[in-house]
Amino acid sequence: MDRPSQRGPRQHTGGHRRDPLWIAALVHRLSGLALACFLPLHFLALGLAIDGEARLDGLLKWTANPVVKLAETLLVLLLAVHMLGGIRLLVIENAPWREGQKRLATGALVVAAAVALAFLARAV
Amino acid sequence: MNVRLYILQRATAAIMAPLVLGHLVVIFYATSRGLSAADILGRTRGSVGWGLFYGLFVLAAATHGAIGVRVVAAEWLGLRGQQASLLMWGFGLVLAGLGLRAVAAVVL
Repeated sequence: MDRPSQRGPRQHTGGHRRDPLWIAALVHRLSGLALACFLPLHFLALGLAIDGEARLDGLLKWTANPVVKLAETLLVLLLAVHMLGGIRLLVIENAPWREGQKRLATGALVVAAAVALAFLARAV
Repeated sequence: MNVRLYILQRATAAIMAPLVLGHLVVIFYATSRGLSAADILGRTRGSVGWGLFYGLFVLAAATHGAIGVRVVAAEWLGLRGQQASLLMWGFGLVLAGLGLRAVAAVVL
């Protein structure tokens, strides 16, 4: 007779963390958190326009810095990947199940990366 | 997350999908042309369309973000009940306030 597993059937082994859909869920959550941290700063920066064009111009000049351009590229990547991942979730929840979710999740990341690279190419 | 928050989270996501696409187009347009503050404000000041677009975007993002922060705080930090609700409302109201102020700054 087989001995019962010491881990028990309900305990996680951690193997699920290598699953592309688990990684997609983590990417969706982390990109959302990063956007939530960035948004107040973005709004504060745009609010500079209240004090006149000169202050907003000062900020726009600062964004010409290559390091800021790279940070903006990362933000575009986060925004695109969060939007595409969110659309995939909305479709899963509201439309009949479709096979190939791992491929769709990977595709979302690839498209988001392409959008971010296109932004970087236009910005520099 | 209760059913009302779940529906609000999904509804704001559905509202924002086309708004994010539009915003990405604006980002690409503005970045490639190296627009100055005068160029940007010249297009947005007095524009009802941009005011409605970004006003709706801010409210949807504040709602969506606040509920998302609540969910993460509950799952990763163990925040529950009133504490989680306070965080959600605090974050959402600050985000909505700053966002609407920013919209007013570039539209009015």
